[in-house]
Amino acid sequence: MSAATGNPSSAISQRSATSKTLDTGFILLTRIFAAGVGILLLWIAIIVGIQAIPAIQTFGLGFITSSTWNPVKDIYGAWPHVYGTLVSASIALLLALPVGVGVALFLSEDFLPARIQNILVFVLELLAAIPSVVYGFWGIVVLIPTMRYVGGLLNRTLGWLPLFALPPGQTEVTGPGMHVAGVVLAIMILPIIAAISRDALISVAPELRQAALGLGATRWETILKIMLPAASSGIVGGTMLALGRALGETMAVTMVIGNAKAASTSVLLPASTIASLLANEFAEADGLQLSSLMYTALILFGLTLLVNVLAEVIVRRFRQI
Amino acid sequence: MSSPRTLFAIGMTGLTFLAAAIALLILVAILSYVVINGGSRVSLDLFTQLPPVAVIKTGGGFGNALIGTLMTVMIAVLLSVPFGILAAIYLSEFGRETLFSSIVDFLTNVLSGVPSIVVGVFAYGVIVTKTGFSLKLGFSAIAGGVALAVLMLPIVVRTAAEALESVPNDVRQAAIGLGATQFQTVFRIVLPAAIPSITTGVMLAVARAAGETAPLILTTLFGYSWINSLIAPPTPTLSVLVFNFATGPSRNQQQLAWAASLILVALVLITSLLSRLAIRRKV
Repeated sequence: MSAATGNPSSAISQRSATSKTLDTGFILLTRIFAAGVGILLLWIAIIVGIQAIPAIQTFGLGFITSSTWNPVKDIYGAWPHVYGTLVSASIALLLALPVGVGVALFLSEDFLPARIQNILVFVLELLAAIPSVVYGFWGIVVLIPTMRYVGGLLNRTLGWLPLFALPPGQTEVTGPGMHVAGVVLAIMILPIIAAISRDALISVAPELRQAALGLGATRWETILKIMLPAASSGIVGGTMLALGRALGETMAVTMVIGNAKAASTSVLLPASTIASLLANEFAEADGLQLSSLMYTALILFGLTLLVNVLAEVIVRRFRQI
Repeated sequence: MSSPRTLFAIGMTGLTFLAAAIALLILVAILSYVVINGGSRVSLDLFTQLPPVAVIKTGGGFGNALIGTLMTVMIAVLLSVPFGILAAIYLSEFGRETLFSSIVDFLTNVLSGVPSIVVGVFAYGVIVTKTGFSLKLGFSAIAGGVALAVLMLPIVVRTAAEALESVPNDVRQAAIGLGATQFQTVFRIVLPAAIPSITTGVMLAVARAAGETAPLILTTLFGYSWINSLIAPPTPTLSVLVFNFATGPSRNQQQLAWAASLILVALVLITSLLSRLAIRRKV
């Protein structure tokens, strides 16, 4: 790697000592900054962890399963928010995965000329880049009224399922709620799933497709039996990355989820996520409440870290093949 | 007439087109709302006036929030770009194919997956809070800038490393053959060749950072007056203005929130277009 410092032959004058020190120093400096990325990650964990200590000492692990969040009595539990985080992200995955894989197929098969495919690639790029707070604002104005109608429809047809039930006495879906948050999140993670699934589909060896077609399979038999299974690790990896994003997404969710304090089985009711709790209460909190918020942030950090590391491992494996 | 296999294939192809149409439709729906609602409010006042409080029915702008966004993003660029480029130089020039650099590469990706609100909590703990191992500066532009820098860093590292790696090896060998040191090779030859792509990457990171809201509501807060200090609250920003005004009842404030959304979306749109053009020219 360091061809310049190693081999001065006798005919060439030796490089001065300062020049050599400068070079080693420079390489060391870049190495320190490269290590800095990892140190930063560790630092984030330590800072969040330290500030969560008072809450961890007071509530222990029971914090995760306890449902009270009462600043007046100074008792805190994270369950409604953990639950909301997991459920909203699951709804988002459920909605975004089929559409995302569909878009990926559209972009990796030759249904339409490359020029038109490129437009869709740009569309995805923009969808990924629109700020979360703009999604939230759009969600308030467009999605909440739309989803009130869709939610009402779900309640009338599938209301016997606890998932789409409304509490006794309530006949209409009020507006903000878990279902709106799920849809906003689905829109936001769609580009991630589509882009990574497309990469995975494109990198499948062309011989596999040719062999399937040569054996008489139709295009869709080839896609379903050969292409998708061959690209599955990439698609799973991309989905995991999208899940990580959905778990931690804050602004859009905060603006449409309704920020309820209790966990409910029905997805048509207001709920709350860890991220939305932090966004709502952080600036005004102090003492044990602030430390409890730090504890929830630590849980969120741990959760996303786990999902992202798994995703990274899976994506890496498929890239090596 | 057609066999079931053909019918199935036509149906599935239709679903694929539907998926693509959904993605396109969502983008059009969002862009049209932002452009129509935001565009009607665009005027010079936006950039020179202060935000109105909820009871004022007309007028006002977000000059202070624009400055706040510029300030926080500038701080983020000053922190993350040198850091990111130095780390990228290691990854592409000195540490290629080593275990250490693949670990750093892995951690860079993990860092980019840390939720922005958690990064906000981190910046709060390092800069804002008055207890523990903190700079104890309080809510401030600096705290917001640090949070945005953490979010920009992985993007800068990744795009800079890619840009440096795409510089052909002949160039490095020629420089070293002529007797240049590693330092000279990197700073006089490789880095200048990679600067256009690095600039594109930094611009994309800046556009993302300008729209980030979650970490800023924990670190900069919001205010209705001009900013007179880097370290004193409040530091209003465009993204936090959108959040505060979108969720409030005032029509006038909501219109301003649309106009601010338009600026943030336009920033993203323009940088994406520019980066596409830059890539096309290179190929």
